[in-house]
Amino acid sequence: MSDSTPSAVPPAEPDAPSAVAASRPPVAALCLAFAAVSISSFGGVLAWARRMLVENKRWMTAQEFNDLLALCQFLPGPNIVNLCAVFGARMRGIPGALACLVGLLGPSVVLMIAAGAAYRRFGALPEMHGVLSGLAAAAAGAIIAAAVKMAEPLVRVRLGPEHAVALATFVAVGVLRLSLPLVLLVIVPASIGFAWRRADEK
Amino acid sequence: MRSDPPTLAALFLQFAVLSLFAVGGGGSAVPEMHRQTVEIARSLTDRQFSELFAIAQAAPGPNIMFVALLGHFIAGVPGAAVATVAMCGPSCILACAVSQVVERFRKARWRIAIQAGLVPVTIGLIAASALIIARGADGDWASFAITATTFAVVYWTRLSPLVVFACAALAGLVGFV
Repeated sequence: MSDSTPSAVPPAEPDAPSAVAASRPPVAALCLAFAAVSISSFGGVLAWARRMLVENKRWMTAQEFNDLLALCQFLPGPNIVNLCAVFGARMRGIPGALACLVGLLGPSVVLMIAAGAAYRRFGALPEMHGVLSGLAAAAAGAIIAAAVKMAEPLVRVRLGPEHAVALATFVAVGVLRLSLPLVLLVIVPASIGFAWRRADEK
Repeated sequence: MRSDPPTLAALFLQFAVLSLFAVGGGGSAVPEMHRQTVEIARSLTDRQFSELFAIAQAAPGPNIMFVALLGHFIAGVPGAAVATVAMCGPSCILACAVSQVVERFRKARWRIAIQAGLVPVTIGLIAASALIIARGADGDWASFAITATTFAVVYWTRLSPLVVFACAALAGLVGFV
């Protein structure tokens, strides 16, 4: 579930009239802007949200966006959803956060309900069987590619505790199918401990 | 053995816990979603899980909205709403509550250590997600071929994955898989 497929985004339009956007947009504008992102963002929302916030509306600078994204990757949960909520809260408090979330998630929930209803109704038809098989096989390829891309930096560094952590997590969760919270309660503190000691060595 | 369909409250609790344990992003929670819904509750099959995952990837909107599709399959329209609120609510509340503090300690050693420590865990979880989705999707040589092709395109080119998804769906429609 990589939210960072930049390839899916069309090239940026020529600059809109370059008035510095009014700071603190109204709640309705926040909601509508994220709804527009939600329905147009094929292939991962992140790049589209960045384009809306930084380039089109100029509600954030590129640096502010990067900092907020890093923060949301640091915290648990879906990154882009967290980013949208924190941005909304900074603009307009709790109503702002809710407006952004409704905009981002609302159209998508409706779409998913429609897709889910269609799936229940037609998913088992022979004509659909092939289409769904093809889609599922492609989704598998895409997520394998995302996993390999993420793992690349590990290939370049000397074998160390982080390799053991990645492998242990994969085996515990993917192969042994242990409970995620249990695995994380053991592995995350250990991994942070290794990283803490590594910071010592530097 | 098929247990009773989960109540909305149970569904909410499952996804709310996942919201706070999805380190690095929503994708990290996919293996546990599979464990809870396919292995324990047996609400759907391996294949259905992979198909719903694929539909959510191909649709616009955040990829995490897979939970809405999953919730809908398990418990209808209320299930979709409950799963979405549960998966997004707790992490958003946490993010809004701590963002100022965490931002202030951006250069602190503890924050750097936590950030670095979560990276390999996230890698392991995304790899586990890939294994689970592939296991539900790939049953014969034709689907393996589509998976391998998609991997190659996404990994080595900047082509939109959607183009590959469309081609894969088309290949399925004409009877390739």
